[in-house]
Amino acid sequence: MNLFCVGLSHHTANVAKLEQFAGIASAESILREAGCTEALLLTTCNRVEVYAVSPRRISTDEIARCLMRKIDADPHDYAPPFYRYEAEKCVLHLFRVASALDSMVVGESEILGQAKKAYESARKSGAAGPCLHRLFQRAFRVAKQVRTHTDIARGAVSVGSVAVDLAQRIFGKLSDCRVLVLGAGETSERTARALISRGASDLRVSNRSMDRARELADAVGGRAVPFDDWSAQCREIDILITSTSSETPLLTRDKLAPTLRERVDRPLFIIDIAVPRDVDPTVNEMEGVYLYDIDSIRSVAEQSLALRREQVAAAEAIIAEHVTDFVDFISRGLNPALQTGKPPSLGENSLRASELQGS
Amino acid sequence: MDRYLLIFSTLCFLAAVVHTAIELRAGVFRPMRFNFFAICLGFIFQTAFLSVRGHELARCPLTNLFEVFIFLAWSVAAIYMLVGPGYRLSLMGAFTAPLVVVLQVFALIAPIDIRHPATLPANAWLEFHASISLVAYGAFALACIAGVMYLVQERQLKTHQLHSIFYHLPPLTDLFAAITRLLWWGFALYTLGIVSGFFTGHPLPRVQVVAAIGLWLLYAVILQGRHLRWLAPKRVAALCILGFSAALTLLWGITFTAQMLSLP
Repeated sequence: MNLFCVGLSHHTANVAKLEQFAGIASAESILREAGCTEALLLTTCNRVEVYAVSPRRISTDEIARCLMRKIDADPHDYAPPFYRYEAEKCVLHLFRVASALDSMVVGESEILGQAKKAYESARKSGAAGPCLHRLFQRAFRVAKQVRTHTDIARGAVSVGSVAVDLAQRIFGKLSDCRVLVLGAGETSERTARALISRGASDLRVSNRSMDRARELADAVGGRAVPFDDWSAQCREIDILITSTSSETPLLTRDKLAPTLRERVDRPLFIIDIAVPRDVDPTVNEMEGVYLYDIDSIRSVAEQSLALRREQVAAAEAIIAEHVTDFVDFISRGLNPALQTGKPPSLGENSLRASELQGS
Repeated sequence: MDRYLLIFSTLCFLAAVVHTAIELRAGVFRPMRFNFFAICLGFIFQTAFLSVRGHELARCPLTNLFEVFIFLAWSVAAIYMLVGPGYRLSLMGAFTAPLVVVLQVFALIAPIDIRHPATLPANAWLEFHASISLVAYGAFALACIAGVMYLVQERQLKTHQLHSIFYHLPPLTDLFAAITRLLWWGFALYTLGIVSGFFTGHPLPRVQVVAAIGLWLLYAVILQGRHLRWLAPKRVAALCILGFSAALTLLWGITFTAQMLSLP
């Protein structure tokens, strides 16, 4: 039995290259055309991978040809970006992929869902058999363990998620938070939507153009506030998202001080994503005010990524343990001699044997 | 025998401290059961110690500075277990355990476990006054710990430098709610403690009474400032630390004076 993975990802190919191989083949067509006994196709925005089991060795070119958009293309045009992992290395690779160690943004959560979807699709079509079933079930378990026992998924790495993360650090539940969006730009809309997705419900939108304010308010389920009234809103709100095109700061210490005196025990979280900035940076020095501009949000995102990278070693250790255990488990299952206590034979069908054949 | 119980208890709390330190250093701290179980076990040994000592003395074990420290550590652990899970301040254990370890290690090492021949008969009011005051101190200690956590979190949010520990701290508003609740508990218990002190039948040293009322006033001012919203949460947190420092100093003074007076 040969267990292998052939694919390309953001490590080896750019988007143009990935586009040539994504979305054409299905797991069933790979089964049919390449002669595999089991196959699974994992396609994401930065990854196209085939996990397969076959009785004989199937070359990378054969798999690449199944994936290729242009059927008559020269294999040498696409061969170089493909990588290939066999047996134990294939297991290791899948565990790393599912745990988001191989992702462009280390620790991201989407890949696990995508892998589950790919597995489900292959299972339903009958392309995934017992070997891939065991492999993927274990991969999902490993990914869950990595996320639970390390800080690999800690912190946020985009403007919206950093804003939500920080808001939750300050206020806990966002359901009681009142949010004012000042300036109806695209980023502020995304940030507002991120806050809504975590429970924020009282949303107000203020913009120089009242029509645009109403439009955004309707889109996010909030209410429009006249632009002249926005500073009065600061008495009530907990979170201010600002992204106007004003050339001078709209919010200064002097303007905010009287408002803060009326809300001593409630923090005010300000996300200033405007360039030039809408809020005077010295506002952050005021008690109870937490001001984050685009630079500080970027800095938090970088800190989160650094924190995640620090966790890679711990995650790799968990994965290594599972790889050894899984390979032993599969070898025992496929080699009846082991079950009777006899030493394993690499000449028989086993993962270790196929690894030797493949290397 | 009873000291062994205390040593086991200290080791349990120390295990929680070491475990947290290792996990925080590796950046993989999880508010797991280990800390809570370690603190629970430590609390059981503490309780056993106090029980054995109480039976031996045939009164509440608050006859010397050593016992006072252990009782205070017990109060801190007891209130942590009541408050911790309720507010989900899991990392509070990481901050609580070191305080208990410091109190118990000091009590074990320092030559303060001096047995005095009982010169006075057991006095229920005096025992109630001492024990309820110490439980109030436990609440103040936890308010102080929550205050430290608040200031750590606040500082990181202000400076935009979010370290690993940041992600394990409870939200600012939850911490502030916990501080307020602990202050009210502590204040109510401390008021009971002070009032019961007047029923002990013993003449009260004026300095102690003035200092105790001074401390009561300090906490009253903090709570009033919080209630009337003229004290910002950050200042309340800082005052909690100041208040507990004052409380510890007062406790030391009271116990030291009591020992001096009981010496022949």
